[in-house]
Amino acid sequence: MEQRKIVVVGNGMVGHHFVQTLVESGSGDAITILGEEPRPAYDRVHLSDVFAGRAPEELAMATRGTYQQWGVDAHFGDPVVTIERNAKVVVTELGRRFSYDKLVLATGSYPFVPPVPGSDHKRCLTYRTIDDLGAIKSRSKDSTVGVVVGGGLLGLECANALQNLGLQTHVVEFAPGLMGVQLDDGGSRMLRRKVEALGVQVHTGKNTRHIVPGDEHALRMDFADESSLETDLIVFSAGIRPRDNLARDAELVVGERGGIVIDYKCKTTDTDIFAIGECALFGGRIYGLVAPGYRMAEAVAAQLAGDDVQFQGADMSTKLKLLGVDVGSIGDAHGRTEGSMSFVFSDEREEYYKRLVTSADGKQLLGAVLVGDCTSYDTLLQYHLNGIELPADPQGLIVPASGEQPTLGVAALPATAMVCSCHNVTKGDILCAIDGGCCSAGEVKGVTRASSGCGGCSAMLKNLVDDELLARGVSVDKSICEHFPHTRQELYHLAQVGEVKSFDAMIADHGQGRGCDICKPAVGSIMASLWNEHVLDARHVPLQDTNDTFMANMQKDGTYSVVPRVAGGEITPDKLIVLGEVAKKYDLYTKITGGQRVDLFGARLDQLPDIWRLLVDAGFETGHAYGKALRTVKSCVGSSWCRYGVQDSVAMAIAVEGRYKGLRAPHKFKSAVSGCTRECAEAQSKDFGIIATENGWNLYVCGNGGMKPRHADLFATDLDDQTLIKYIDRFLMFYIRTADRLQRTSVWMDNLEGGIEYLREVVIEDSLGIAAELEAQMAHVVGTYACEWKETLQDPQKLKRFRQFVNSDEADSGVVFVREREQVRPARPDERLRLVAVTK
Amino acid sequence: MTAVEKFEWQQICERQDLVPGSGVCALVEGEQVALFYLPEEERAVYALANRDPIGNANVMSRGIIGDLGGKLVVASPLYKQHFELASGNCVEDESVCLEVYKVRLDGDHVLIGRG
Ligand code: SRM
Ligand SMILES: Cc1cc2nc3c(=O)[nH]c(=O)nc-3n(C[C@H](O)[C@H](O)[C@H](O)COP(=O)(O)OP(=O)(O)OC[C@H]3O[C@@H](n4cnc5c(N)ncnc54)[C@H](O)[C@@H]3O)c2cc1C
Ligand code: SF4
Ligand code: FES
Repeated sequence: MEQRKIVVVGNGMVGHHFVQTLVESGSGDAITILGEEPRPAYDRVHLSDVFAGRAPEELAMATRGTYQQWGVDAHFGDPVVTIERNAKVVVTELGRRFSYDKLVLATGSYPFVPPVPGSDHKRCLTYRTIDDLGAIKSRSKDSTVGVVVGGGLLGLECANALQNLGLQTHVVEFAPGLMGVQLDDGGSRMLRRKVEALGVQVHTGKNTRHIVPGDEHALRMDFADESSLETDLIVFSAGIRPRDNLARDAELVVGERGGIVIDYKCKTTDTDIFAIGECALFGGRIYGLVAPGYRMAEAVAAQLAGDDVQFQGADMSTKLKLLGVDVGSIGDAHGRTEGSMSFVFSDEREEYYKRLVTSADGKQLLGAVLVGDCTSYDTLLQYHLNGIELPADPQGLIVPASGEQPTLGVAALPATAMVCSCHNVTKGDILCAIDGGCCSAGEVKGVTRASSGCGGCSAMLKNLVDDELLARGVSVDKSICEHFPHTRQELYHLAQVGEVKSFDAMIADHGQGRGCDICKPAVGSIMASLWNEHVLDARHVPLQDTNDTFMANMQKDGTYSVVPRVAGGEITPDKLIVLGEVAKKYDLYTKITGGQRVDLFGARLDQLPDIWRLLVDAGFETGHAYGKALRTVKSCVGSSWCRYGVQDSVAMAIAVEGRYKGLRAPHKFKSAVSGCTRECAEAQSKDFGIIATENGWNLYVCGNGGMKPRHADLFATDLDDQTLIKYIDRFLMFYIRTADRLQRTSVWMDNLEGGIEYLREVVIEDSLGIAAELEAQMAHVVGTYACEWKETLQDPQKLKRFRQFVNSDEADSGVVFVREREQVRPARPDERLRLVAVTK
Repeated sequence: MTAVEKFEWQQICERQDLVPGSGVCALVEGEQVALFYLPEEERAVYALANRDPIGNANVMSRGIIGDLGGKLVVASPLYKQHFELASGNCVEDESVCLEVYKVRLDGDHVLIGRG
């Protein structure tokens, strides 16, 4: 029998997916695919990534080679212009003729440009193809302002692209709100608020009358309400129209507002012609998303391979990040179903809006709108798609609960639950893959293709796989990362016993690969605790987080903060003046910290050495605000001034801070000393706290403020100065030896078997016989202390790192400040746009 | 589109300006380029855009270098996403990546390819 001839018109996402599915089904047909664009199919969904720096070639879904390999005849850059239905032949623009047994139309859609006079100007563009993207990019070069016409999903994506190109961006929408299709009024309002805060100006309810040359910019848009807007370029993104002209000319039935009418088999009114993707009209609707198109493609491929598979319509729920704002829409977002109930939660301070639409009995989730926070999207979608009964208080799913948030654990999902809707992968498919030997989300992804489409399901996939592996008793790996099969504690011992002094030796002896941002700083910190060498010694440099490397704390805009040590919070007027003078000279934002000292913000990398030279000359030392090390020892004024004080808490705080400054640990640690039981220094919230008594000092350990406050435990009472210090030495060194990476003393204590009793045995009674060793180690670190900044300033080699550019003295143009309350602060995105546009 | 493959190699700095196992930043015709130097590796220099597209600040040259699953990566110092040195792709977020520049060593000179 002669091979059946299948011809596909349109090499877009859906046409390509159809060919791939048919090839994989092994039907043995002779396949031809004819595309108008000059290149094989590419990932249109991620087109905007190119504006964020991705190369267009990386979007490719296939190459010419792919088709050759599959034995598929593929032609590019030559559109089909006629279908001769009687002869069963299609003809291309270049006059090539291809005969078919079955024809598949996958011609997609085109951006709708409203018939506004002037919209044919060369600065009016559209956004659908790689070529469009090139045009927008090159037009943007001599533009400062850009307008997107259309406030729907694609319009906002396009606005994001224009912003990425550095244009002052406006969105003009005819309707009263943004994303009216997917969002209800409340969601749409919140989205607008957030989008505007990002510097995009939104104009709704605007009907463009005409576009004419502008005065200050190339174009002026005049609106029906007499207002107008000047801009340098306009991108139309006001909806899509199906490309149905071929079918129309061939007298196939098309919808009133366009679209090739298909039945549940994706057949057109000619039984040998199918239509799939965005050119097809099913049940009166065009599906403007890729997943439904894929379902159609699969249905047709299955039929051609002899299976009776139907297209059943598709879910249009979407989750996306537009301009950095999380937006989710599920099912009946507008609550149009008769008798439906809504639960709405809106938080204007945190800027999010959530709405649930349920059935009249409150048991089924019909729809949802999420703006600003999509964390519950996956859970809600599962309720919706699988008809899972809602909890008695469905509002708990969106209201931030004070207690446990009711989440739908992945374990509760039925096997039929759809996890990846791009590739039609159910929970059952994933379990199968694990049965088949997959041991990680990555491996499951490889086998099932789950999370290789839009990526929206990747968090859920990982959850499901981890959960399932755990349930199957696959042991959970406690290694700190893929490079060392050890915990931090084990690494510490290996380094100490083997006297390992560099990361390279460590990984050669005990690990594999080259290391990463988890294990490098961890080993760096262990090296520092053990051997206390300068953090900027050549062999330690690559190990440090940027804060340690530059001995300052990186701020959100890439500048740094400077925190000199002010031991115990005591400072002379002269030193205060120096801080003020330095801050003034370099125009640094100045603030008193929560740790009783002064923080100077907004220093550029290249300014750090000059700033520190002034500070060191005036007698300041580094405050280690950047290190996993001792931060501050707070004090109260104590017995010298306070009428209740019973000991000199300031002197003790200064002594303690002086002793442990620079000591590297698994995490930062803090202390405080109070002069009496009134506890004005809040010592019981510190990693170790000291409170004066009539007879000496009470020592508290393992307290914490911060994220999860923990009241410190009383460890020992009425200690004299020497015993106090001895216990603290042992306590800290024991913590450094045994804690996990980034484990504060509070968490360490909560995990310490035997708890405070055990700790007392080790520290006070020396039950492990290591007390002398711990003290000796501390003595070594204390004895080798040197101010890192002081050392650095004396070493030209080390100072070389503090240059913004190795080949230029220019400053980082990305750092832009504005003034507020008489000081500088980083410009917000909207301000930055204005400021940069002015200086251009 | 016709991509014309025409490169000019431009000298940016010297090998000694680079920091072994770490990054520095160079200014190339107004663009900030992060240069990473790995003397032990088969390929010793990599050049990527210095702008962190997630944190929106010019800081990539100050990230820690390492490997993930065998691929060399740099971790953003701001929010710690990893970017592959060879491709610029972001491991955690497919929707962003860093521009990649052609770069090579010529003796002690560091050269950047301008297309
Ligand atoms: C500047 C300061 C806020 C201020 O304006 O007052 C501050 C600023 C930061 N804190 Fe803090 N904390 C500051 C006092 C505190 C305090 C109060 C205190 O120390 O008495 C606490 C609660 C006490 C505690 O730690 O138990 C505190 C609990 C935290 C935490 C939560 C730690 C925890 O285990 O729960 C973090 C996050 C972390 O370390 O992982 C944090 C992290 C940070 C970081 C490092 C966040 C970051 O990565 O950018 C901030 C950088 C500082 C900088 O750039 O210079 N900061 N932070 C305070 C500096 C004190 C100082 O002089 O060194
Ligand atoms: C910027 C952007 C962002 C998007 N984001 C998302 C998203 O986040 N999620 C989502 O689900 N969807 C998204 N979409 C929509 C998604 O891209 C489409 O649903 C999908 O591409 C439809 O595939 P298709 O094959 O039907 O059409 P297309 O991909 O448009 O392919 C049709 C192809 O047919 C060609 N063609 C047309 N006529 C002829 C002819 N006569 N002869 C030969 N070839 C012809 C066209 O040139 C085109 O290459 C986005 C679209 C854009 C533009
Ligand atoms: S704790 Fe309060 S009362 Fe006691 S010495 Fe300090 S300041 Fe005075
Ligand atoms: S849902 Fe899009 S990749 Fe899985």
